[in-house]
Amino acid sequence: MTDNNDVIVSVKNLKMHFPILRGVIQRQVGSVRAVDGISFDIHRGETLGLVGESGCGKSTTGRTILQLYKPTEGRVFFQDKELNTLKAEEMRQMRKEVQMIFQDPYASLNPRMTIRDIVAEPLVAFGAIPGKEIDERVRELMSLVRLDPDFMARYPHEFSGGQRQRIGIARALANRPSFIVCDEPISALDVSIQAQVINLFEDLQKELDLTYLFIAHDLSMVRHISDRVAVMYLGIIVELADRNEIYRNPFHPYTQALLSAIPVADPAYYETHNRMVLEGDVPSPANPPSGCRFRTRCPIADEHCAVERPEFREVKPGHFVECFKVNLSEK
Amino acid sequence: MTYDLLDVQNLETRFKTPEGVVHAVNGVSFKLNEGETLGVVGESGCGKSVTMLSLLKLIPQPPGEIVAGKGFFKGDDLLAMDHNEIRKVRGGQIAMIFQDPMTSLNPVMTIGKQMEEPLKLHLGFNSTQARDRSIELLEQVGIPRAADRLKDYPHQYSGGMRQRVMIAMALACAPQILIADEPTTALDVTIQAQIVDLVIRLREELGMAIVWITHDLGVVASIAQRVAVMYGGYIIEEAPVKELFNNPRHPYTIGLIGSLPQIELEGRKRLYSIEGMPPMLYQKPRSCPFSPRCQWVRERCRQENPVLESVGNNHTVACWVDVTTGSEKA
Repeated sequence: MTDNNDVIVSVKNLKMHFPILRGVIQRQVGSVRAVDGISFDIHRGETLGLVGESGCGKSTTGRTILQLYKPTEGRVFFQDKELNTLKAEEMRQMRKEVQMIFQDPYASLNPRMTIRDIVAEPLVAFGAIPGKEIDERVRELMSLVRLDPDFMARYPHEFSGGQRQRIGIARALANRPSFIVCDEPISALDVSIQAQVINLFEDLQKELDLTYLFIAHDLSMVRHISDRVAVMYLGIIVELADRNEIYRNPFHPYTQALLSAIPVADPAYYETHNRMVLEGDVPSPANPPSGCRFRTRCPIADEHCAVERPEFREVKPGHFVECFKVNLSEK
Repeated sequence: MTYDLLDVQNLETRFKTPEGVVHAVNGVSFKLNEGETLGVVGESGCGKSVTMLSLLKLIPQPPGEIVAGKGFFKGDDLLAMDHNEIRKVRGGQIAMIFQDPMTSLNPVMTIGKQMEEPLKLHLGFNSTQARDRSIELLEQVGIPRAADRLKDYPHQYSGGMRQRVMIAMALACAPQILIADEPTTALDVTIQAQIVDLVIRLREELGMAIVWITHDLGVVASIAQRVAVMYGGYIIEEAPVKELFNNPRHPYTIGLIGSLPQIELEGRKRLYSIEGMPPMLYQKPRSCPFSPRCQWVRERCRQENPVLESVGNNHTVACWVDVTTGSEKA
C-alpha cells in the first residue's frame, strides 16, 4: 500500500518552544520545549501513528505541522511546498489539502449551528462549489461518514459522541483533503463506539486515498490503525518503525516500558508476562534533563547519557531510535 | 452465623431530571467475599458508578432516589442505616477512591493537614500520632521523602502522586472493602501501571476486598478475580475473570471483547463493532436492553427482559439466546 519514495509530508528538525512570561512587562523567563527537534517523513496513503503520554508534545507536533503554531525552528514540507515559508493567503488555500480532526467532539462543534451549516462552512469559506450545490455535497458527506443526511437540520446536542465525531470528520473531508491530522479522535468515546469510528477511518482512507497522522495515547488502537508508529517522550521522537517491528522489537527502553504498561484484555497474559513498571514521573518540558531526555527514568542509563543527547539514527532499515544503548546483537 | 462481606440484592436507583426520570440502576444483585477483587465493567451511563454510590448513600437525594433493594455489609443493611450509622461505615470499614484526585483534594490545604484531620477525628489521634501515621501511610503507597512532602499542597503533586495520596487516605482506617471508581482513567499508561501494581501489593499486604469499577477490559484482566459486566442498569454477565474472557456468553460482552484490537496479532483485522448506541433509560427496560444492538436478537428478546441464569463454572448470564449454539433457551 505504501510507496516509500512518495513522501507527502516531511518534517525536518522541527522545534516548538512556548515562551514563559512573567511580571508586568511580560519578560520571558524561560520556555516550554514542547517539541524539541524531531524529523520524520509521512508517505502518501499511509497512517503514521504518533503515541506518547500527556504532555509529550504529540498534539503540538500535529498542530505545528499544520502551522496552527509558528514553529520556533525547523521546516515542514507538504508535497513540494515548504509550509512554514508560505504567506498567509497561500497557507489558507493550502488548508483545503491539509485538515485536522480533534479529540473532543463536544467542544469542536458550534452548538448554535445546524449540522448542515457546520459541514458546509469550509465549502462556503473557500467558495469551493456553487451555492446551489452545497446541500447536495453536505448530503454526500454525511452519507460518506454513515450519518443519515436527513438529520442535517439538527443541532449538535441531538447527537451522541460517536455521531458528533462523524460530523467533525465530514467537515474535515468537505474540501477533499489529502492529508489529515487526527488528534486523539477516539479518546473521548466509549469502547463500543471507538471500534465504529476506527473502522470508518479505515474505510475512508481506502475510498478517498487519504494520508493520516494519527495521534493517540492508546497504543493498541494505534498499532491497529497505523502502518508505522512513532513514539514521543518529552518533546522528541525516541523511536520510529513499522507497526509490527516496533511492537515486536522495541529498542528504546521507553518504548519497552510503554508497551509493557498497556493493559491486555487477557487474564492469562499476566501469568506469563512480567510488567516493566517505570519509576517516577515525566520531568517538566520547561526544564528537561541534560543529554538523553529519558535518562532520569531509564533503567539502563549511565553517565554518558547525561552528557550528550543521542542521535536519532536508523539502526535497521526503516527502524529509527534515539538511544546510545541499542544492542543489535541482543535481538 | 456467617455473612457474606457484601450482599447486594435487587438495588434500584433512579434520577429525576428535567428531561424525565432516568432509570440508572434497575435491579442489581451481587456478592463480594472477603479479600476478593470484583471488577465492574461497562460503558458510560451503564450504572456501574451509581450502583456503588447508592450503596454508600453517596448519591444526592433528590434528584436521586434509591427505589428498592438491600445492601448487606456483614449482615447489616447499609441502605436502612441512618446518616450517622452510614458515616461510620464510610471511610472506616468501606473506603472509596475516585477518578479525579484533584477534585477530591482541597487545593488550599496541605496534604499533611488533609491526611491528619480524619485521623484525629475518627481515630482520636493526637497531632504527633496523626503525623507519624500519615508519614507511614504515604510511605506505604510509595511517596518518596514522605515527611517533607506533607507540607506540600495538592498542586505540587503529579496526577499519579495525588491518586497515591487518595489511596493512602482511603487506607487510613484499614477498610475491609475498597471501592475504586475508575481510579486510573485520568492517568497515563505508565502511571496507570504503577497504581495497579500498588493496589495489587496493598491487597496482598492488607487483605482487603476490592470493587474496581472501570470501562477498560485490560485493567480488569490484570487486577480482578471475578467480573460483572453492566449494561443499561443491569448486570448482564458475571463470571470468574478467566472464564469471562475465554468464554463470554452475553452478546454485549462478546462484542466488547471483540472490539478491542489484539495486541499480539500480526496482521490487520477489521474491528468487530457493536452498531448503535447504549440506551437512554428514560423508561425502565421491559425487554432486553441490548436487543436493539444485538445480532442474535429473537422475538422474545423484544418482549421479555432476561434474568441472570447460571451456565455453570460460577458463570451467570442474562440472555435468552445460548450463543454457543445460536438457539433460543428453553
